[in-house]
Amino acid sequence: MDLRYLRRRFTNVFNLGMAVATTVLGLFWLLWILYTTARFGYHNLNLALFTQDTPAPGAPGGLRNAFVGSLIMIGVAIAVGTPAGVLAGTYLAEFAGRRRIGEIVRFFNDILLSAPSIVVGLFVYSVVVSVTGNFSGLSGGLALAIVLLPVVVRTTDEMLRLVPSTMREAAMALGSPYWRVVVQITYRAARSGILTGVLLGVARISGETAPLLFTALNNQFWSTNLSKPMANVPVTIFQFALSPYQGWQHLAWAGALVATFAVLGLSIFSRFLIRQRNS
Amino acid sequence: MEKPPSPPRLTRLWDPLFKGTTAALAYMVLILLVAVCLALLHQGALAFRTFGWHFLVSKAWDPANNHFGALIPIYGTLVSSLIAIVIAVPVSLGIALFITELAPRWLRQPVSAAIELLAAIPSIIFGMWGLFTFAPWFSGYEPWISDHLGSIPGVGALFRGPPFGIGMLTAGIILAIMIIPFIASIMREVFLLTPPLLKESAYGVGATTWEVLRNVVLPYTRTAVAGGIFLGLGRALGETMAVTFVIGNAHSISASLLNPGYSIAAALANEFTEAFSPLYKSSLIALGFILFIITFIILVLAKLLLLRLERAQGEST
Repeated sequence: MDLRYLRRRFTNVFNLGMAVATTVLGLFWLLWILYTTARFGYHNLNLALFTQDTPAPGAPGGLRNAFVGSLIMIGVAIAVGTPAGVLAGTYLAEFAGRRRIGEIVRFFNDILLSAPSIVVGLFVYSVVVSVTGNFSGLSGGLALAIVLLPVVVRTTDEMLRLVPSTMREAAMALGSPYWRVVVQITYRAARSGILTGVLLGVARISGETAPLLFTALNNQFWSTNLSKPMANVPVTIFQFALSPYQGWQHLAWAGALVATFAVLGLSIFSRFLIRQRNS
Repeated sequence: MEKPPSPPRLTRLWDPLFKGTTAALAYMVLILLVAVCLALLHQGALAFRTFGWHFLVSKAWDPANNHFGALIPIYGTLVSSLIAIVIAVPVSLGIALFITELAPRWLRQPVSAAIELLAAIPSIIFGMWGLFTFAPWFSGYEPWISDHLGSIPGVGALFRGPPFGIGMLTAGIILAIMIIPFIASIMREVFLLTPPLLKESAYGVGATTWEVLRNVVLPYTRTAVAGGIFLGLGRALGETMAVTFVIGNAHSISASLLNPGYSIAAALANEFTEAFSPLYKSSLIALGFILFIITFIILVLAKLLLLRLERAQGEST
């Protein structure tokens, strides 16, 4: 009897100890990765990173064209993905409710949310790049928009459903048509939540490499032409990190540092917004 | 009684227009998924027609002679993801247990936020860290793995191999780190859904914390936990950049997990822009189609399992 009790106590303490150990392990990985990025990136951070374009091997340079290209394509993705996502989310929350069609769209939206982003890149290649005949910044932006879309649909749907229905009913009792109720009452009530969703989505697409490989490709030179291949940070990092040239590898680390902290900063900021809202 | 005045014509038009637009965009989500499937099938058709079912089981990958098969990338994708799941599930369980049952209240929020930050790190950063920091460090331990685990009868062959640092096992470990936040956060959420009454009854008859998790919480949340694991698996299967850096990109199947391998996503990332012949390109897109179908099935399963607990939860409240 006593032995059994001891064994149960031991199993309990051992497994709880393992739980603490795995949590420490998870946090350790986070710190290790951030430390590596900071250590290798820090030495290569300088002003030239933002004022000069990607160099030929062996020459000095920066990542200006890549940063600008990434920003342009993220802008395209926001311009396309946000309105489409907010409106689709509106349908789910305001019109479909618990109806079957709403549940089906929600179900498959979540599938799209987790679908491999490289497949999205292949899709945009098949329907845009192979039709127009060349890689382009626009197709890169569209690929990012498809990655962003399900994130926005989901948060809009969730945030709108949190708006108390009494607010809608009050507005409708005053004789307001439904579209005005949605635009002027529920959107306003859910504004900060929807914004958070968009920010989280932007944080996700900012680091995405796979959808850009076969759409925007990359560009060694300065270009803001959306119909031509466009430089971008993730693909440049990919190519430079795996290159044999030391100068390129240093640039890759510097770019990695900037990209990581931008993405983490954005996602911490949006989480902070959520908590502000909830408290 | 007098009839109320009907609203002006323009206003009556706006409502259906608004509803129609939002509905069209919601349906677009469904259309998008179907379109992805059809576009990849269409572009991969040349490869499927040329090689038939043989494409799925052939080990060939010979761009010079235009002969392609999908077996090696499919094998690498599945094996690296399975390694990831084997490592990620116990670790995620530990993290979820720590956050829900052990951590003092003030520590819960920071710890779960930090674990979720791991999911926000771009995958290319995992790749660089894996190749330049983790792999050199890990290669120092691979001879030990080879010597000690390699001599176990039966499974020993899995661990006998060269200490390159990069390979199937490294890819699996890095994938595991990437999917832990997803699995852990679902486990944490569903653990909190267990009715306190059930847990307290178990504590009342003298169960330990571990026994409550094992015999009360896990049975209650079983399907949703399985759903979370499948969701993690779906993520691991399609992960591209991190795997491309560390899997070794060798077109071979070997028994040893220490050897380099290949995955579908890595093949696409490495070769697609250099594919010179139409059949080469089509074979790569066909690989993408196979990846899409595999992840689609896994993710549908994950969602269905997760919905079951949600439904049960909805009925009881």
